Amino acid sequence: MTKTVTDVICPFCGTLCDDLEVVVSDDGKQLLEVYNACVIGTEKFLHSQSKDRVTRPRMHQPDGTWKEISYDEAAEYTAQMLAKAKKPLMFGWSSTNCEAQSVGNEIAEITRACCDNTAATCHGTSLIAIQDIGLPSCTLGEIKNRADRVIFWGCNPAHAHPRHMSRYSIFPRGFFTGKGQMSRKLIVVDPRVTDTAKMADVHLQVEQGKDYELFDALRVAFKGEWLPDFVAGIPKEKIREVADMMKSGRFGIIFFGMGVTQSLGKNHNIDAAIAVTKDLNEYTKFSIMPMRGHYNVTGSGEVFGWQFGFPYAVDLTRGFARYNPGDTSTIDLLVRGEVDAMFTIGSDPGAHFPISAVKQFAHIPSVCIDPHLTPTSGVSKLHVPVAFNGVECGGNCYRMDNVPIDCRKVVEPPEGMLTDEQFLIKVRDRVKQLKGAA
Amino acid sequence: METVTITMKNPPALYLEADNVSPDAFAGKTAAQIAELHVHEGNVTSTLGKYFDVSGNAGATAVDTKIIVKGDVKKVKYLGFKMSAGELVVEGSTDLYAGAWMTGGKMLVKGNAEGFAATAMKGGELVIEGNAGNYLGAAYRGDWRGMSGGKILVKGNAGSDIGMYMLGGEIIVNGNVDVHVCTHAEGGKVIIKGNAKSKVGGQMVDGTIYVFGSIDTMMPGFKPAGEIELEVDGVKAKFAHYIGDMGERHKKKKGQIVYANLYKKI
Amino acid sequence: MSEYIIKNGNVFDPVQGIKGDKADVAIKDGKIVDKVGSGAKVIDAKGKTVMAGAVEIHAHIAGPKINMGRIYRPEDKLFTCTPTKGLERMGGGASIPTTFKTGYEYAKMGYTTAMEAAMPPLFSRHVHEEIRDTPIIDEGAYPVFGNNWFVMEYLKNKEIENTAAYIAWLIRVTKGFAVKVVNPGGTEAWAWGLNCLSVNDPVPYFDITPAEIITGLIEANEYLGLPHSLHIHPNNLGNPGCYETTLDTLKLAEGYKAKNKFGREQVMHLTHTQFHSYGGTNWGDFESKAKEVMDYVNKNKNITIDTGNVTLDETTTMTADGPFEHHLSGLNHLKWANIDVELETGSGVVPYIYSPNISVCAIQWAIGLEIALLAKDPMRCYITTDHPNAGPFTRYPRVIKWLMSAKAREAQVNAFKHKDKVLSQTSIGTLDREISLYELAQMTRAGPAKSLGLASMCGGLKPGMDADVAVYNFNPDKPVANPDDIEKAFSRCAHVFKSGVEVVTNGEIVSNGHKRTLWVNVKVKDNPQVMRDINEKFLKYYSMTQANYEALGHHFVPNPYTLEVDAT
Repeated sequence: MTKTVTDVICPFCGTLCDDLEVVVSDDGKQLLEVYNACVIGTEKFLHSQSKDRVTRPRMHQPDGTWKEISYDEAAEYTAQMLAKAKKPLMFGWSSTNCEAQSVGNEIAEITRACCDNTAATCHGTSLIAIQDIGLPSCTLGEIKNRADRVIFWGCNPAHAHPRHMSRYSIFPRGFFTGKGQMSRKLIVVDPRVTDTAKMADVHLQVEQGKDYELFDALRVAFKGEWLPDFVAGIPKEKIREVADMMKSGRFGIIFFGMGVTQSLGKNHNIDAAIAVTKDLNEYTKFSIMPMRGHYNVTGSGEVFGWQFGFPYAVDLTRGFARYNPGDTSTIDLLVRGEVDAMFTIGSDPGAHFPISAVKQFAHIPSVCIDPHLTPTSGVSKLHVPVAFNGVECGGNCYRMDNVPIDCRKVVEPPEGMLTDEQFLIKVRDRVKQLKGAA
Repeated sequence: METVTITMKNPPALYLEADNVSPDAFAGKTAAQIAELHVHEGNVTSTLGKYFDVSGNAGATAVDTKIIVKGDVKKVKYLGFKMSAGELVVEGSTDLYAGAWMTGGKMLVKGNAEGFAATAMKGGELVIEGNAGNYLGAAYRGDWRGMSGGKILVKGNAGSDIGMYMLGGEIIVNGNVDVHVCTHAEGGKVIIKGNAKSKVGGQMVDGTIYVFGSIDTMMPGFKPAGEIELEVDGVKAKFAHYIGDMGERHKKKKGQIVYANLYKKI
Repeated sequence: MSEYIIKNGNVFDPVQGIKGDKADVAIKDGKIVDKVGSGAKVIDAKGKTVMAGAVEIHAHIAGPKINMGRIYRPEDKLFTCTPTKGLERMGGGASIPTTFKTGYEYAKMGYTTAMEAAMPPLFSRHVHEEIRDTPIIDEGAYPVFGNNWFVMEYLKNKEIENTAAYIAWLIRVTKGFAVKVVNPGGTEAWAWGLNCLSVNDPVPYFDITPAEIITGLIEANEYLGLPHSLHIHPNNLGNPGCYETTLDTLKLAEGYKAKNKFGREQVMHLTHTQFHSYGGTNWGDFESKAKEVMDYVNKNKNITIDTGNVTLDETTTMTADGPFEHHLSGLNHLKWANIDVELETGSGVVPYIYSPNISVCAIQWAIGLEIALLAKDPMRCYITTDHPNAGPFTRYPRVIKWLMSAKAREAQVNAFKHKDKVLSQTSIGTLDREISLYELAQMTRAGPAKSLGLASMCGGLKPGMDADVAVYNFNPDKPVANPDDIEKAFSRCAHVFKSGVEVVTNGEIVSNGHKRTLWVNVKVKDNPQVMRDINEKFLKYYSMTQANYEALGHHFVPNPYTLEVDAT
């Protein structure tokens, strides 16, 4: 006999689909089938069942081999590393739940660490822009129910957020959008002809690195002011046409991704995109939303926010919280050689950081907490495998629109494996002893 | 004026935060007392004397205190932090936040200064003889109140994001600058004697930028407004005049809209 | 649990009618008791003021818009973050403090209960996570209903019973405390960039007026017999001339009587009254209509209010009144955040500087004080700053100083750049009333507790009530030499007890207490139609499944205190 678990939340991307159905064995130990998820999400669930999974912590040996150790030994190593460091860095947090993030923050506070999440390499620039100019936004259901103008700027949901378009942004028939896709105009801004761009009513093939100029040109066009003949490779007539299309909608939304957050202009691109959105609210209703990547990167920003006051790149080394990306942000800290211990959880900087940053791992003690074998776990001194969040344990997560959804446990983790939170509690308790904290 | 000389003797393994190295913090103290001031290396707090030799006593107040910083301070942050008066000379290059939040006095960096120099400066003078990093004379994150007074001179090049949210004061860069100049500025004056790349004056509300060299890509929101003969920092020349950012909000003065001005030397 | 006896203090307790008499307060097992054994720890309160722990009836302290404020205002924390200290976690934030700082700051001022004023139901998990991380103080949260699609659809057809059944379901699944209404209909209109500026402006598409939403929710609230009444932020907030909309709103409560077992007498609580008491037609002829509003409030006993005092600080405004925040950002050009919430509500956030050099800000300051000073029944008028909208709650001691000292008010009026305008546009210069300590205890303890339906639990020092006690370094027998001494005394308590645990000693945190989440569990008759409607809306229009919406596990509310209501 098998059991079907419904309303399962997908711990892959920021779309945080919560309508999955998962078939598990009667004893709740094996995961058999996954329904409703995209290919990536399905893979994520099934991956937990792989036979070659590492189930115990391992220390890297001088000869390059790994030696299995107990969770207690792993917690001891981690606690000692963090307690001894002058400036430990605790990075990641985006693929774990808010409960684990909260325990991590306690550890960071006791050891006076720098703590940061994967916004460092994706939407940190968006957060800087939001701090500069604000964020008129909404929940994803608003888009489903109302949006008749949908703009994807520098993002390709057809591949990166596969169910986004069917659940929220293009296809669904909502309360005021009964005709689904027919009631929406789709504009895609991307230098590449992506699969998303192929679906668009209008595709603006912006010149790489000139998004900032194109946003500015749209703002000028809203006001009907003078424009040069071409901006970012787009003729001014086309820009005016798109500006009018945006203004003539009843409810519009700009979704943006890493194509515009991490290209030339960075935070300023988003700043200008938000300015475009604000301007449009003089004519109609418009919102803007980052296409957050990791399923709980948003949650990490929220927990940092209410506990320390800043959404990422938090520096606690002086005993109180400080924030200034460029100084307190992970890649800068690594590249500049500012930190002397590296703790990674719920992310894979080894795969995503510039090589100059990853090279620093070799020079300093490092711990990686991750259920998977990753480039990061490969270069860390200690690898602590844990239960899969959202599959083998529950916990709260925040969708890309900041809506919290409590993940579900679907199957049991392999015998004796700890969750992120359980392991971090061990580390926290040990760190408290080492630091004599209250 | 009394002179205090601090010389690096034990460079930090990581980076040092020396936010007490300012005429204000030194004022009224003897060399021995100055050596007891706190510095921070990561989460370890120790004393200035652990890293620096200190000689000379400070004046009674910041106004009559001069500090000379010698030795390798490339990994020292916050020199001249919040200084309000007096003088500070850094003989070499220094790290982040040189003269950040300064309100008065004179600071001279003979080498390079890394990012965030003169953050939210309100007054005084900062001269960097080498290059400046990013965010020179810019606002702190999230703050709409950027540099509001004082003068910055960079003899070499400057990085990106100079004068962000600038409200007043003056920045002169003798060399080239990277992208983003005076984003969101609502006042002040920036003179770039070399070249600028792109995104010059984006979202600018008010204020003035002069560029003597080239601009790779003009902002579309800057509209040509003719040519004009000007004398800028002692240089008489003809400039192409642009007003903008036309996409941004602007104030009105006597019924006229006030735009930001961009002058590019012809 | 320890026993305590707080000896020889000057006790002010409206619940027992004690007006500063020297008396002892005994604490045992978390409650106030008649007497304790000889082993009880003695707290010497001689020459000090003793009151019940204060009750915050309206503040924005937990949830998505507050955290948006924190996240998007690093400059609100620059150079002011505080380190870990003993039991205290790190803190930061001047106008929007972190959760830890929020709990400590309230406790240090003698507040032991606080209500989060606007919980978007879809975000209830977020609100509860923040409440959980706010130490010491008991908290509840008001889910917002005034722009909710279910409510508007039921009330269009006058279906009070269905509205009540829906409210009962929503309050239960979100672990909410009361029915909150913010700009009824206006925030739904804002989803299309529009607004409802009077009680008769129809809501686009839904074919209902704000007036119908308000009366319908009053009826549903009394049908259920909830501990608190309808808690309303009316239409047209913050605009010159808005007092007329306020009076129109208040009049909607006429003829309704409170029905509940909690001792509550009002059917409507008007919040941050200051923002709703403006006359004039523009910012130039802007003037106070505090007198008009208070004349009405004084005469109508089925209404309670809170003040919303402007504290003259740089702060962060935030409200579920989405269109207002958009309007405000157009006035001051500062960063605007907006969060529209599907089927339910919306909100906005904008920083604001109440400058003493700007006449409008100075007039707003005066209006807030006028409201409190014109209140004839302090049991129906409560002090708030609508934190952080009119100022941060950490400024309560200063507001108290202004209320207790005409001299302090005069000094502030004289310091304004546009003093003459303040005096001509308000009556602040003619009011010489000074709020007494007994009245203060009514306005910050017994009054709000009664309005919330918590009168048997907190806000007083009667044996049997929770032992929430604040001891201030303020000697009522001595004349006040300097009004600043009042502010100082109310800033940091000598002792604070929360449910019988000493949490503050000499202004320092000595225990993180046993913080509780207060929520209301209403039982109603099975209502298959409403459950079917809920089911359908989730299938068609929500972006989350009903099962996940309803999931609010124990880890979100680890220490609940449930008020049971039976409306079957």
